[in-house]
Amino acid sequence: MYQFAYHRPGSLAEAEKLFSAAEDPKFMSGGQTLIPTLKQRLASPSDIIDLGGLKDLAGISVADGVVTIGAATRHADVASSAEVRKAIPALADLAGWIGDPLVRHRGTIGGSIANADPSADYPAAVVALNATVHTTRRTIAADDFFTGMFETALHTGEIVTKIAFPVAAQAAYEKFRNPASRYAMVGVFVARTAGGVRVAVTGAAPSVFRQEAMEAALGKSFTPDAVAGIKVSPDGLNADLHASAEYRAHLVTVMAKRAVARANG
Amino acid sequence: MTATGIGASPRRKEDFRFITGKGNYTDDINRAGQTFACFVRSPHAHATIGRIDAAAALAMPGVVAVLTGQDMADDGIGGLICGWMVHSKDGSPMKAGPHPALAQGKVRYCGDCVAVVIAESYAQAKDAAEAVAVDYHPLAAVVDAKAALGPDAPLVHDEIAHNMVFDWELGNYKETVDAFTAAAKVVSLDIVNNRLIPNAMEPRAAIGDYDSGTGIHTLYTTSQNPHVARLVLSAFIGIAPEHKLRVIAPDVGGGFGSKIFIYAEETVCVWAARRVGRPVKWTGERSESFLSDAHGRDHHTHAALALDAGGRITGLRVKTIANLGAYLSTFASSVPTYLYATLLSGQYDIPAIYAEVQGVYTHTAPVDAYRGAGRPEATFVVERIVEEAARQLGEDPAEFRRRNFIRSFPHQTPVIMAYDIGDYEASLDKAMQLIDYDGFPGRRRASEAAGKRRGIGLSTYIEACGIAPSAAVGSLGAGVGLWESAEVRVNPTGSVEVLTGSHSHGQGHETTFAQLVSERLGVPLENVEIVHGDTDKVQFGMGTYGSRSGAVGMSAIAKALDKVEAKAKKIAAHLMEAAPGDIEFKDGRFTVAGTDKSLTFPEVSLAAYVGHKFPTSEIEPGLKESAFYDPLNFTFPAGCHICEVEIDPDTGVVRIERFVAVDDFGVIINPMIVEGQVHGGIAQGIGQALLEHGIYSEDGQLLTGSFMDYTMPRAGDLPSFQLGLTTTRCPSNPLGMKGCGEAGAIAAPPAVINAITDALQIRDFAMPATPERVWRAANAVALAAE
Repeated sequence: MYQFAYHRPGSLAEAEKLFSAAEDPKFMSGGQTLIPTLKQRLASPSDIIDLGGLKDLAGISVADGVVTIGAATRHADVASSAEVRKAIPALADLAGWIGDPLVRHRGTIGGSIANADPSADYPAAVVALNATVHTTRRTIAADDFFTGMFETALHTGEIVTKIAFPVAAQAAYEKFRNPASRYAMVGVFVARTAGGVRVAVTGAAPSVFRQEAMEAALGKSFTPDAVAGIKVSPDGLNADLHASAEYRAHLVTVMAKRAVARANG
Repeated sequence: MTATGIGASPRRKEDFRFITGKGNYTDDINRAGQTFACFVRSPHAHATIGRIDAAAALAMPGVVAVLTGQDMADDGIGGLICGWMVHSKDGSPMKAGPHPALAQGKVRYCGDCVAVVIAESYAQAKDAAEAVAVDYHPLAAVVDAKAALGPDAPLVHDEIAHNMVFDWELGNYKETVDAFTAAAKVVSLDIVNNRLIPNAMEPRAAIGDYDSGTGIHTLYTTSQNPHVARLVLSAFIGIAPEHKLRVIAPDVGGGFGSKIFIYAEETVCVWAARRVGRPVKWTGERSESFLSDAHGRDHHTHAALALDAGGRITGLRVKTIANLGAYLSTFASSVPTYLYATLLSGQYDIPAIYAEVQGVYTHTAPVDAYRGAGRPEATFVVERIVEEAARQLGEDPAEFRRRNFIRSFPHQTPVIMAYDIGDYEASLDKAMQLIDYDGFPGRRRASEAAGKRRGIGLSTYIEACGIAPSAAVGSLGAGVGLWESAEVRVNPTGSVEVLTGSHSHGQGHETTFAQLVSERLGVPLENVEIVHGDTDKVQFGMGTYGSRSGAVGMSAIAKALDKVEAKAKKIAAHLMEAAPGDIEFKDGRFTVAGTDKSLTFPEVSLAAYVGHKFPTSEIEPGLKESAFYDPLNFTFPAGCHICEVEIDPDTGVVRIERFVAVDDFGVIINPMIVEGQVHGGIAQGIGQALLEHGIYSEDGQLLTGSFMDYTMPRAGDLPSFQLGLTTTRCPSNPLGMKGCGEAGAIAAPPAVINAITDALQIRDFAMPATPERVWRAANAVALAAE
């Protein structure tokens, strides 16, 4: 780890002020990506602005068919929330399958989506459930939020404050873990939402994406068989030591099929 | 059997300390005035080094020194050595390139040590290490051993043509050729044994400390064999005379072979401590472990089996190319030769075996012994090709094995080993019964009905442990004898200290060795202290590896205990005014036969030290005996492991549904600890078969340099193992023990791969069986049609 200045602001306003005053600052939420990155000396920010002191940023509420989760809410709290479990059980499942217990008790939903790791789980839920991301400056629709590998629509210094998930009629998440890291090698979140069926895929490509052919097929028949025959193109998908693009493409179909089966209970 | 004697399973004495954070590992030790070392490591697999400019680093806060290979050479410090001489077929000695602890003019693998920065804190040393400017001129690299033999391959050591360290052979060539000529059937197979990275829980660490008053160097280090480390550092590397060098290996958190060797880092720390006049500490980071711990396996093999018309094996021919990495690690040459080809007979009566092994340099981390060391590689070859032969004959693999088993002992194989005892059919039968072998077809049908594939695979393995008779290994090229020593010190109050040359780094010696003492002297377990890991305390020792601490280390203790008992009986005879021959010793009590006169062990112990009541001119006071035990033979643990897998063809995921291990370890001291050893070994074996793979890019970058990419087995990857035992007492040592530390890692990989190839009905499948590769194999026809 290189030297950096550490700050723990007491308000969002103070956090933004610290950020704008620093040379090369980084916000930190749960730190589950940032701290390992720092330890491996892969990043050398001048200032770390720890958002962990902003208690108002954490919390879960359900009202008017919307589950609203504060950006600093930890994965373990989402996983164990009776309200989330009742409203969108797939979201509680997803949170409970992230990383390991240590990660789940430190990592936060806001940190996860702001980091936009291509193999993170939450982006699939945000996109499939057509959530709205609230920030210190505006609201951003899910489809507009994730723009690339580790890239989002957030402007420099903009902080995610909460994520609002409309309750879906049916939803489920299935993932195939990377055997070594246990990150999602392919994760598929399917949801029957007010605006139709949405299928979001994480892990397979540089950024989360929607699988329109599956959405159309599931819109007609929300059954595993509806997607079983849909071949996903490997073009543009990730390839690494653990999985070729072709295998990832195949797994998208398999995970989608299993997610629909799970959603149908 | 008592509650704490041989055959009992008392809880491990050492565990309370470990699980409450009271262990004393090298990194827990801090010396006054200590500095910290950080190594500058090569980012290139192959490069010449021009200037090393340390000026900027030396100017940084807290930096004490920056030292290079030139500084070591100037101080007359020699390079690291390989301690086992192997000769090629033509009689020429193996060709070993120099191995400086800090590179001199050239780097040969990613992670090779180039310089060391010593500073007041580790963070300062690490910051400064980045500021050391090294002028590298990168050269072409070769990482694959087969490619390294090619005519145009880059040379790892300029003076060694074709990167060939040795071209070695073993066996009866002519008889083997004849067997193949006469064979009714020949079965052949190309086999790859994947490179593994050990990953002991505790990374390697070292502290060098130098006392200018006495001239004594002390090295605290993560070693499986501190005396061997001292011998090598003193006699070959030239750190200090042996009597001026103390090596302490305190608690060590796992080794699996990787901590047998004498590495660059501890050599540098113990040398640099004198140079800078302060203790120097280095604790490896996990990334450094991946890069620089000696790796394991990495063989390419072509094997052929000759069969007669009755399905009997008449010959085996094996040609192996073994990747040895960029330098020869301490025992690198012995692993793919004398620890490998000597086991190629397996459990089978094979009259003719001929093996050729080419040891090859590549631009990768050195490869040396890793749990099993040569024996997993041999077992994988034998058990894969035997399975293939059975399938080609259309025969049940169990019955094919049964027909070819060795049935009379001792049995001399054509590849040196003389098996002393065994009952291979007993372990096969028991394993088949435990896994419900006969019920397998029904289970396979059920899996198929659910869209899955199911397979079963056997592995009837043998290994050679208890390494080894000194004269035998000496004749094969070992630079050391492989006996073990022990000293048993009985205190005046009857408590006992055992100083052993074995070293415990997870094996539980503090418990099992104490059980032997408890059994023999009748003292409670808590009155026995096992002392190991310090060259100032222990007389000498060859250390722990190759499942030798029971068969060899405990035999030495048993021998010393014999002497203690004999002397104590003489003293007891005087005390009770009886003839020594009339003294019986049982359950900690000396009795005059046929009388009610008796003395307890502590009473005799005290009398031995007081010296009032026996003639000290005839019997020396005190009760302390030592012994050096040189084994008569290797020991030959053997058994049968059977694996049953279910494969999901949609994803390629292999689930191990059943895993049965029936082992013959001879006499067992602590069944609970043995079970733990078997569990750990199987986990590593399944890890090799399904998950683990050390992969370099073509230009020599380690691609699996962290747990993000190197797949360690986790509990969830493993089933509940069903274990069983069969027992033939080992006739070659006084306790009848064979050893159990490596069996799982040796037996499991072929069992798993045999099960997978059975499930998929394919001929071969290279390890590790990762999901994508299994998916491709399971859907080969459909994928080919696309």
